[in-house]
Amino acid sequence: MQEFIEFTLGGLSDGMIYAAVGLSLVLIWRGTRVVNYAQGGMAMFTSYIALIVINAGASYWLAFAVALVSGLVLGAVLERVVVRPTAGKPPLNAVIVTIGLLILIEGVAGIIYGSKNRSFPAAYSIVGAKVGNFALGAGSSPSAIFTAASVLGAAVLLAVLFRFTPIGLRMRASAFSATVAQLMGVRVGRMTTLGWALAGLIGALAGMLVTPQTFLYPNSMDSIFVLGFTAAVIGGLDSPVGAIVGGLILGVLLNYVTGYVGSNLPELAGLAVLVLVLMFRPSGLFASTATRQV
Amino acid sequence: MTEAASLTVTDVVAGYGSAPVLNGVSISALPGTITAVLGANGAGKTTLLRTISGFVRTRGGQVTMDDVSLTRLAPDRIARAGVAHVPEGQGVITELTVEENLRLGLLLRTRAERAAALDDVYRRFGSLADRRRRLAATLSGGERQILVIARALLSAPRVLLLDEPSLGLAPRIVAQVLDLIRRLRDESGLTVLLVEQNARGALSIADRGVVLNLGRIVAEADAAALAADVQLRQHYLGF
Repeated sequence: MQEFIEFTLGGLSDGMIYAAVGLSLVLIWRGTRVVNYAQGGMAMFTSYIALIVINAGASYWLAFAVALVSGLVLGAVLERVVVRPTAGKPPLNAVIVTIGLLILIEGVAGIIYGSKNRSFPAAYSIVGAKVGNFALGAGSSPSAIFTAASVLGAAVLLAVLFRFTPIGLRMRASAFSATVAQLMGVRVGRMTTLGWALAGLIGALAGMLVTPQTFLYPNSMDSIFVLGFTAAVIGGLDSPVGAIVGGLILGVLLNYVTGYVGSNLPELAGLAVLVLVLMFRPSGLFASTATRQV
Repeated sequence: MTEAASLTVTDVVAGYGSAPVLNGVSISALPGTITAVLGANGAGKTTLLRTISGFVRTRGGQVTMDDVSLTRLAPDRIARAGVAHVPEGQGVITELTVEENLRLGLLLRTRAERAAALDDVYRRFGSLADRRRRLAATLSGGERQILVIARALLSAPRVLLLDEPSLGLAPRIVAQVLDLIRRLRDESGLTVLLVEQNARGALSIADRGVVLNLGRIVAEADAAALAADVQLRQHYLGF
């Protein structure tokens, strides 16, 4: 029973990170029908920026803020400079561009920072709580609680932005029907840039939350990206709520696999889940449309 | 309601790919009037509206509103200039609620005007008020048409472009929609460019009529005169 609770709490904590990556992918997919394969690379890069700030003697929280702002700016700049020219072109163009971006970002990170693993501080202790002699594991640690609170807080803020503000209405209208949005005077291009910027910010948040567990190196976010993508696919790829739920399901499932089957298997299990979802439930659990452009 | 404007299309050439759909089309819509644009399928009616609202680029000619050029402006800038375009069939965002669709129209209004404008639309269109929290996908065809027209009105347009507002609607609903358009002119003094295949219905409420055929204007006159021209009706209008 103790193990079950430990694996479940750990899974929920990990799942929050997959949810954050999934959420960032959903933000871009909804607005542009592009899967941003560079999302993990962008998160890795902003984590390096945070590490530089920390190593310069600044506080963790300043580095945290710098990472988020860097993600925001990086997302906006990449959309405007690299991705925008693929609009209206065959979908494969955007796929190739984002894969190219990933290679470029990881290459640049390797050139600047080298390829060695670097430890990264966590915001809070990673030691799990105890109830009497009953250890609840790392999933109950202050760091895990901070992770959950951060991702849920970001999700709630996004929901409020989308549901209750004119800018959110503009973004949703642009995502659902660019033509109608333009007819209503919405600058759709700006909304797309804003979507990428927000995705960059959420991705940077995911990077800051996960890097203390994985170390930091140019490819450190690759496997997290795959699991975040799987979370988004489970949720339906265009549903923010689906990305959160998908992330939690995946996180718990992979922790059970790690705990009960074998510690080397979670990435394989993640890929298996991705394949199974695409085979049997390609529209995901929360998709608003029955079919998906691929 | 914002003061209505005149809309002038002068010698416009526009189309898709290499072949132009509009070949030197000129139309003038006076403030506070309904101008019906009539013609068979493929005549270029929808392309004309899409050109005015910036979705199809002009290759020649001018589009002006009260002497301000709209030629080659982006669609969102033309909308912000005061041209509201209700497109054929697809104007509702079905993933949004009725009220969210309406609020899109309010984006061009000042914050202070929004609440009163929305209340006014709900007073005028009671059926939308009853369904404000529902997804627009749940509305009937007629209700959707009312919704997109109401949304266009919320943007306080100076010129309203309507593309086949009666398409696919039951005859009773068509009469309601046409009556609504007539009231918009009579009560609000709106300038309306109305594209319709239902020529009889359109001419019954219009002040002027223009007949397009293969991208060219073949007739232009008072609506009553067009409706009385038996030869023209038989050749181009199908009634």
